Amino acid sequence: MMIYVVMGFLWLALLLYLVMGGADFGAGIVELFTSNANKNRTRRIMYNAIGPIWEANHMWLIIAIVILFVGFPVIYTTMSTYLHIPLVIMLMGIIARGTALTFRNYDAVTDNMQAVYNKIFVYSSFITPLFLGIIAGSAVSGRIDTGATDFMTAYVYSWLNWFSVAIGFFTVALCGFLAAIYLIGEAQDPEETRRFIRKARFMNIAAVVAGGLVFIASVEEKIPLVQWVFGNIIGILAVSAASLSLGVMWYLIIKGKRFIIRVLAGFQMTMILLTTTYKHYPNIVILKNGGYLSLLADRGADKAIEGLGIALLLGSLFILPALGYLIYSFQRKDKGDVAGH
Amino acid sequence: MAARSQMALSLGFHIIFSCIGMVMPFFMAVSHFMYLKTNNLIYQNVTKAWSKGVAIFFATGAVSGTVLSFELGLLWPTFMKHAGPIFGMPFSLEGTAFFIEAIALGFFLYGWDRFNKWFHWFTGVIVGISGLTSGILVVAANAWMNSPTGFTLVNGKYTDIDPIKAMFNPAWFSQALHMCVAAFAATGFAVAGVHALMILRKRNVDFHMRSFKIAAIFGVVAAILQPLSGDISAKMVAKRQPAKLAAMEAHFKTEPYSPLIIGGIPDVKNKKVDYAIELPGMLSFMVYDDFKTPVKGLDQIPLADQPPIAVTHYAFQLMVGLGMAMMALGVVYLIALAKKKSWFSKAWFLKLFIAATPLGFIAVEAGWTVTEVGRQPWIIQGVMRTADAVTPMPGIGYSFYLFTAVYFTLSIAVTFLLYRQIKMVPVLYDHEPTVTN
Repeated sequence: MMIYVVMGFLWLALLLYLVMGGADFGAGIVELFTSNANKNRTRRIMYNAIGPIWEANHMWLIIAIVILFVGFPVIYTTMSTYLHIPLVIMLMGIIARGTALTFRNYDAVTDNMQAVYNKIFVYSSFITPLFLGIIAGSAVSGRIDTGATDFMTAYVYSWLNWFSVAIGFFTVALCGFLAAIYLIGEAQDPEETRRFIRKARFMNIAAVVAGGLVFIASVEEKIPLVQWVFGNIIGILAVSAASLSLGVMWYLIIKGKRFIIRVLAGFQMTMILLTTTYKHYPNIVILKNGGYLSLLADRGADKAIEGLGIALLLGSLFILPALGYLIYSFQRKDKGDVAGH
Repeated sequence: MAARSQMALSLGFHIIFSCIGMVMPFFMAVSHFMYLKTNNLIYQNVTKAWSKGVAIFFATGAVSGTVLSFELGLLWPTFMKHAGPIFGMPFSLEGTAFFIEAIALGFFLYGWDRFNKWFHWFTGVIVGISGLTSGILVVAANAWMNSPTGFTLVNGKYTDIDPIKAMFNPAWFSQALHMCVAAFAATGFAVAGVHALMILRKRNVDFHMRSFKIAAIFGVVAAILQPLSGDISAKMVAKRQPAKLAAMEAHFKTEPYSPLIIGGIPDVKNKKVDYAIELPGMLSFMVYDDFKTPVKGLDQIPLADQPPIAVTHYAFQLMVGLGMAMMALGVVYLIALAKKKSWFSKAWFLKLFIAATPLGFIAVEAGWTVTEVGRQPWIIQGVMRTADAVTPMPGIGYSFYLFTAVYFTLSIAVTFLLYRQIKMVPVLYDHEPTVTN
């Protein structure tokens, strides 16, 4: 029974990392695509929005990793052995990004060092989700070859293929999209609102294009993606719901709604993750020899799963209310501050 | 070897970041408390200045911690495959503790004048408590590698897994206690040293004197208590890892009235220690509370199971030596506090503390070297050898160079950032601070 609790948390951690961490990475991506004239202003709004909660976003990834290595050690070690290189690049991105963000806020002296931090921040904001996407794509692309004897097949072609790379760019576009939608709600005058709406439109188009590329790449790489997504009722429903909510969302953006559009963007991410994980459940890694690594068959010892499940339930008792209150109080107070100044 | 160096490097950095990150919130909470009690704005400034330090170290500690959680698998897949489910319990709980710390820090840093002042103070205390809890949990996981329990090994298969028993392994308490006290001592002395330097340079003396006193008292008390926890730890090592103890002491021969060897150069080939001071019977006394009982020496441990003796011995001597120096300085401080208030403004007194700035962290690194190198050739004491745990991927050497470069840059950058923070103290905090709200 506990195994399902653990799996639920793993899925939830991934979703929250995609939505909240994604918006966080996306902030850097939006900055990358912002003209120099508007950069400073965008940066300030963005920092006010993500500053108080960015450390917390980071945690979802750690939780997912801990769940993997405690509960599913075979999956964790297979991925970390064969996807060593993209994981290291992603880690470098995380280090660079976290450090640059801290630095630009805590450097007491304001001088041209800020420009250096900004550069590091925006590029690492791009590279980290790119490689996160590549890693996710590689898990299902069926290129991980546990029997490989040469270096390239085992450690490079496991992730360097069109399909994984296309998923990487798709992830980047999704992050930018999330951030732009989020920033619409933070904008403080009509001009700024229009600017973020344009950004959101741009990111939305980029996501659709990148999504198209994923399908083209899947055909190229002979991965039955179309059948995975549209071959079952849940997939079809999820995709339709996501598309429908996208239309509704744009209507509401034009209507000037700020809160509900965030919920809808989050809903679209949920549907995307649902579609991509549902078909394979309980498998999460597809190997080159046609074998699978499954959350059910390749799980760790029962006692370990049980302990993990209890720890997660106990933890969420503390974490969720506190996190909710954190987000709530800064949402509320920010609005208050704006009115007061 | 490259994998081990990379792990050592990553952990070596993480240990410093996280020690500061888990101890400084307590300093911060004390000065915040003083501010709330006295309404003296200097204390508010000290709190704010320190909270920036906490934020910097928390962020770098969090990042280096994330990297480590991946590196475990990237470098030691075989180890993690078997050990993950067994010693994962403290990590799952640590995730929770760390998450709470992150949330509380969010409240604290951005919560000035936004919340009830005691609620705000309380969130700062939570940062400290949850930070300390994560530290204890991670050390408990490391302790499991020294004293593995909570499973049965049958024909290479790990069965009867009991994660709770693994977490509360016999060494967890002694190791966690020793590490926590060490973190307080090292951070206390490091922070006090920086403020002492500023006092000596006559910059914002009032600001720095108050900071110095808070940091120093934590460091001093911890340094004086540390030998006690060291003794508990050493007894545990003697019981569970005789090879490590023998290497720490460069203790070659098993004999009654085993001597305590201080300093010296271990001559591994001829199995003796040159130029050392030997106190006959003292080692037996320290381990067994009686001068006669022989302590197992390296002669009774197969060569294949011996850790590198010289490194372990030197690191141990260094740790103990620095610990003693800090304790002595602690006594000087207490005398000053009780009897000689005038010492606080004396240059020699401040210079002693400036000189002691890095000592605690050198001792922490040395102590960590003792526990890790002293456990070799095992990754799990007596169960799995380090050589069998490493990743099959070739070219780990490059990864090591990459990480070395990154950590090197990171440490320079953090130092640079802190230097700029400290340099800006006059500008940020010298003028009468404007009261908001």
